[in-house]
Amino acid sequence: MKPKKESQLIEFWLQLRKNKLAVVALVLLVLLVLVAILAPVLAPYPYAEMHPEDSYAPSSSKYLLGSDKLGRDVLSRLLWGARQSLEMGIISVAIAAVVGIFLGALAGYYGGWKDNLIMRFLDVYESMPMMLLCITLAAILGPSLRNAIIAIGVGSVPGYARLTRATILTVREKEYIEAARAINSSDAIIIVKHVIPNCMAPLIVDITMNVGNCILAGAGLSYIGLGVQAPVPEWGAMISEARNILRDHFSLSLYPGICVMISVLACNLLGDGLRDALDPRLKN
Amino acid sequence: MPVLLEARDLKKYFKTGGGMLHAVDGISFTLERGKTLGVVGESGCGKSTLGRVLLHLLELTSGEIIFDGADATNPDKQELHALRERMQVIFQDPFSSLNPRMSVSEAIMEPFKRRGGMTKADMLSETRILMETVGIAARFENSYPHELDGGRRQRIGIARALALKPDFIVCDEPVSALDVSIQAQIINLMLDLQEERGLTYMFVTHDLSVVKYISDDIMVMYLGQMVEKAPANELFRDPKHPYSKALLSAIPVPNRKNRKKRILLTGEITSPVNPKPGCRFMARCPNASEECNRPQELVECTPEHFVACCKYDTL
Amino acid sequence: MGDVLLSIKNLSIEYHTDKAVVYAVNNISLDVRHGETIGLVGETGAGKTTIAKSILRVLPTPPAVVKSGEIFFDGDDLLKTSEHGMKKIRGNKIAMIFQDPMTALNPIERVGSQIAEAIKQHNKISRAEAERRACDMLEMVGIPGGRFSEYPHQFSGGMKQRVVIAMALACKPELLLADEPTTALDVTIQAQVLEMMHDLKERLGTSVVMITHDLGVVADLCDSVAVVYAGEIVEQASADDMFESPSHPYTIGLFGSLPQLDSTERRLKPIKGLMPDPTNLPAGCRFCERCPRAAGECAQAAPEMRETAPGHFVKCFYPGGEE
Repeated sequence: MKPKKESQLIEFWLQLRKNKLAVVALVLLVLLVLVAILAPVLAPYPYAEMHPEDSYAPSSSKYLLGSDKLGRDVLSRLLWGARQSLEMGIISVAIAAVVGIFLGALAGYYGGWKDNLIMRFLDVYESMPMMLLCITLAAILGPSLRNAIIAIGVGSVPGYARLTRATILTVREKEYIEAARAINSSDAIIIVKHVIPNCMAPLIVDITMNVGNCILAGAGLSYIGLGVQAPVPEWGAMISEARNILRDHFSLSLYPGICVMISVLACNLLGDGLRDALDPRLKN
Repeated sequence: MPVLLEARDLKKYFKTGGGMLHAVDGISFTLERGKTLGVVGESGCGKSTLGRVLLHLLELTSGEIIFDGADATNPDKQELHALRERMQVIFQDPFSSLNPRMSVSEAIMEPFKRRGGMTKADMLSETRILMETVGIAARFENSYPHELDGGRRQRIGIARALALKPDFIVCDEPVSALDVSIQAQIINLMLDLQEERGLTYMFVTHDLSVVKYISDDIMVMYLGQMVEKAPANELFRDPKHPYSKALLSAIPVPNRKNRKKRILLTGEITSPVNPKPGCRFMARCPNASEECNRPQELVECTPEHFVACCKYDTL
Repeated sequence: MGDVLLSIKNLSIEYHTDKAVVYAVNNISLDVRHGETIGLVGETGAGKTTIAKSILRVLPTPPAVVKSGEIFFDGDDLLKTSEHGMKKIRGNKIAMIFQDPMTALNPIERVGSQIAEAIKQHNKISRAEAERRACDMLEMVGIPGGRFSEYPHQFSGGMKQRVVIAMALACKPELLLADEPTTALDVTIQAQVLEMMHDLKERLGTSVVMITHDLGVVADLCDSVAVVYAGEIVEQASADDMFESPSHPYTIGLFGSLPQLDSTERRLKPIKGLMPDPTNLPAGCRFCERCPRAAGECAQAAPEMRETAPGHFVKCFYPGGEE
């Protein structure tokens, strides 16, 4: 059975490979993850190490991308910052996806009053702007990386619930669901083995793209001081720190800004590529 | 032959925006073990719903089902599980009846897994035997449905239905989506399996030439009701109900010589929502008159030949 | 039967995909005369629809590649006609109807105006005149003109297919390509549509290429038949000849596979095996592997089309009726 599964993967990879941008994006994301993991090894200095004598040093062989007000190496802080940003992006999406898919699956599979209850609740939930919700939650829970992740995750639930529900409504009509019931499969088995695997394609695309959005949201929260707390580096927080000196030391905002942009862009491009790679196989 | 399945006045109504949709409306029949009952009718006549109601895939509105001498109308969970091992289903669309993420062997093995009590090795060997029975080469064991043609997919559907050794199989348009040469292969396979295993079929289809071939008895449905039921040859030789007559004459015959005159029906099937009490075929019937406004009784015009038309003997 | 209207000569079409080349149509030649209805019969994937789409030049390229051949319509090679020229032909001189009437109509436009639009595209006439003609067309296919301004969803499946046919015939085309026009319909509705097509054929004298897998429909409607197998025409004859004395083993097999209403046998005679993989066609006769008559030479060389009786063409080394 195993070799066949692999061949499905290979086929998927062949499809994805046709989209050059998606491949570039994938490489970028892999690099980003490596950077985040290897930050302690790659970074020339510890992220919080201050060199007061080198305040606002320009880029040089000592500080490749210069240093900030406290003389901390910008490159090291960017490398370490990748950790917080990716953490925020990935974990919050994971929270949102698990809760959202669960709720959407319940609503879509059972329909009726359960569907109504869940979806109306989400309607109310969605009537609040996501960022406001995140700010409120982060304010209540207190500013920290963990709470920012929770806030962003909780804020992104409705999107997944809706998408899952819509996809399930089409899968639910398929005859293999009836066939499964005819051989005494329980609802849990049907949802887990038949429904969800066949709903994954649009969800995977959405999850990939959403990682980018959540990185952005995380940077936003950190920018307004509700995310990662000093001295831990985070791209959004770094932009925020540099905002008062934007005119004199533009690069201090530019570099973290570029990092955010590249990671978000990579997620979106990969998502696009995945959509193309996953779709044609489902059609035939 | 002993009776395996008996249906008494089965009704299945769906609530819709416009009122009650009478999908199945008062169907009764008995089916002997080892026989095939063909159910024919056009789309929307309730023939698929009838099959699903018998299998408890849809809840019955009213009526009684007696399976192998025991009441099977409202089984509890345990009874339902036992019942479903004995009643199975083969679906029409070999493209939507298989989970695209499951390989051939996984799909066929699934019934064993759900029943439990078998080792993995046993399940696999049983699966291979089933694959051989339905004529799928072992090399397709790890293939996925999208890699296979319609005929092979339908064979997988049959293997999956056979896995739990059922007595009764509802075949819901099993060959409608297949090409003629493949269709013939599948029909022969189903006939072979019936002989070997003493299976009882309910064969639901809109294709009249196929149904004649495989059925012992044929039931013609129109808008949720049985309008005629007779032994297959008898129905084709001497249809009594005006709808059956039109239906049979409408089959395009692959023959240039003895072409029959078609009875052309005007209009199309009317809505099954809140139907009037009279004959439901009245609106399209060439012979309709005042007395057709009364509800039509099913009468046995000749032995085993039932028809629900008050004017059958005057035409 | 008049002169030749459409003449396909040695047409070959391939689909180039990432993994392989699909040989969809292989060296097909076919003539359609004025007023003739010809049936293209074959199974799924035999290449019937590809042929029809190539006549209208609506094949997606890529992946489709016309390798060779000519399609003469009224003396002009359609394959060499400019896209601008084709626009004048499509829908005007050649029309096509598809299998699924549900997707062929625009759901948010009134049925009548869709037909009028089709007429206006090819005729310099006023809106009112186009609508009047559209109304006539609807009545011709048996739909009361009063339903002119209804939307497609208000029509049943059979009526939608009539609308599609009315739209195709609106510009009085010389050739109608009908791709499984009754397959999606119920039998009694199919009977209505077939009856209507009979009637229209006689009144308008349109030539029809009828693509179908249903030999019953062919027997009903067609004057001549071409049996398509694995991208080739394996047998071609007048409908009477074809049903009287099919000669290619595949054609014979097709007839054998059909459940006969008047037969009392309890077993069908299917053709064993499957159609060959169109990416990897056998060197010899395409039907060789499934053929009960196959001999050594069948696997070696592909047979040529031969005339076994006047007007009856067969691509087989051992043609003839069933022994």
